[in-house]
This record gives sequence, C-alpha cells and structure tokens, in this order.
Amino acid sequence: MEVSSDREYIYTSSELDQQEGQLIEEIKASAREAIPDPDAWLDEEIKRNILLTTVDAVVGWGRRYSLWPAVCFPACCAFEFIAAEGPRFDLARFGMDAMRATPRQADLMITAGTLTWKMAPVVRRIYNQMPEPKWVIAMGACAISGGIFRSSYSVVPGYNRIIPVDVYVPGCPPRPEALIYGIQQLHKKINKIHVIPDLPQFLQKGKQG
Amino acid sequence: MTAALSGKEIASQLEEKFPGSVEESGQDSLVVKTDSLLAAAGYLKDTEGLKFDYLNYVTAVDYYSYFEVVYQLTSLEHNHTIVIKIRCYGRENPTVPSVIGLWQGADFQEREIYDLMGITFEGHPNLKRILLWEGFPGHPLRKDFNQ
Repeated sequence: MEVSSDREYIYTSSELDQQEGQLIEEIKASAREAIPDPDAWLDEEIKRNILLTTVDAVVGWGRRYSLWPAVCFPACCAFEFIAAEGPRFDLARFGMDAMRATPRQADLMITAGTLTWKMAPVVRRIYNQMPEPKWVIAMGACAISGGIFRSSYSVVPGYNRIIPVDVYVPGCPPRPEALIYGIQQLHKKINKIHVIPDLPQFLQKGKQG
Repeated sequence: MTAALSGKEIASQLEEKFPGSVEESGQDSLVVKTDSLLAAAGYLKDTEGLKFDYLNYVTAVDYYSYFEVVYQLTSLEHNHTIVIKIRCYGRENPTVPSVIGLWQGADFQEREIYDLMGITFEGHPNLKRILLWEGFPGHPLRKDFNQ
C-alpha cells in the first residue's frame, strides 16, 4: 500500500479494520482444512514391525536356534561331530557354535561314541548337571545299541539304558549330513513343546471339582 | 635303529652271574625263572655295558597251561633292547614279583595285567583294578573267560 508522507498516522482505522478482516478470513480458511491425523505415520511402521504369533512358537524358535552342546565325546564319532562343527558343514548356522565345557551351560548332549560301564556314571552325572530343558542325541551305532561292541563285557548296550534319548542318528560313524538331519529332527521335536503348561483342573473353566 | 641284543648272549651272562636263573633262551628273547626275576632285572638295569634303564612295556599272555609275563627293556644309553619273559603256572592265583621298584613306569601296566589277566604282582604298592570296576566278576582277557 502506498503511504503518502503527509498522513498523520501510517494506517487509518478503516485500513486496520480491513487488515484485521483479511487476517480472520485467512485463519478461517486455513482452519477449514482437515486436521492431519497425528498417528498416520504409524501405520506403515506397524505393518512392518508388529507380528502376531504364539508364545510356543517364539520360545520354541529361541530354543531351537541356540542349542549349546555339552562335551560328551567318549569315542570316534566325535570326529564327525567336529567336522560338522567346522566351516564346511558349519553348525553355527543352527546356533550351535558354542561348545560348552561345563554341562551347566548346555542344553543338548550329543553322545558321540561307545560308552563303557566304567564311564556310565560320569555320563549320567553330566546329564543330571544340565539345566532343563535338555535334549540328547544318540549319535552312531554304539550310542544307539552298543554297535559292534554290544556283546563286550565292558560296553553299555545303548545310551538309553543310562539317560533318556530324544533322537537316534544311525551310522558308524554317521556323516555330518546325517547328524545335521538328526539335529533338524530335534528342532521339529522342540517346536512341538508347549511352553505354558495346562492349568490345574480346578482352575479350568467348567471343570470345577 | 635300536639294536636287538641276542637272547642267548644275555642268557649266558645271567647264567654266569646267577646260576640256574634262565629257563629258556632264544634268538630275540629269554625266559627267566620267576623267583630270580628281580635279581636278573636289577643286574640288567645296573650293569655297565647293558644299562637297561627304560622299560618299554609289560604285558601278559595266556597259554592255558601257564601265563607268560613279557618285559621289553631298552637302554637309552647304548640304544639296544631285549625282551625277557617269566612264566607262572597255575590258574588259581598266579603271582609274580613287581618290577615297580626298578622301573616306575610299570605301575599302571601291572595294574592293567592284574585287572584283565588276574596275575598278582607282589610288592606293588597300589594293586587294584584300573580299567574295570570293583566287583567285576573274573578277568576278561583270560582265554577261559565267559561272561
């Protein structure tokens, strides 16, 4: 607006009223636009990051892929296990790279080798020291049944006479592929475990008394 | 290469020192009488020119009519070796003297023979089963062992 120098005030009162009117009209116009949803940005993130699943599936997944084996290698099958542990077969893919020297930190015992009666109390003790939940893979013919030494005076005919066994891997010795297949079978087994136990009967709905 | 001494030569030396101590001698070994084993072994270990200061192994064989205990001795100084044997008759309680006083390395092997073959070593300080457990019936490496 052109303002001449002989004016007493910069703005006349009517001009100020006009300006005020314009301002109000602008605010009114902008206020009519739809208010943006403050949570709108979340939608995409929720789609990407929140999954619905079950406790069983999550805990089973966690247990499956962090099986820490205890050292229990009485005989030659240990070498096949060591090969499986090495870079070519790479048990680290299944989260099994951490060999535990103490059974108190392990949850899987791979019994790789012939067990003698003299050694039996030691193996049972190692098993008892492992915290729950724990699993046992009987690796090789000797671990399953005593193998070619079955009729010997000093050999235990199978680890299942000493400790409970989950998976049996046959072979003399089994190749690392066979051991890995056995481990995958164990994964399937672990996946079926219900983490939260059933409620006691008196707490279940409609089953009182 | 370690030289294997002739059993006959050693036998003649032993006969000279301890008359009547050698039962039999061959090309590569000699059989010593059980009661003169310690004297003969001490002689073989300490005599100049022989100096059998190292015991390679002790083992035992079951021939049904007798047990044979076999010792291979080596001299690290002269680099020669000899096999000496003793025989003990009778299956009930075969007993031979222990050589642990001469060669400390005989300790575990004599225990193993006691465990698996049932031969008692007199003078062994800790003669008990080493591979099998207390209470195991019999001695499994005997030919007549049946479980």
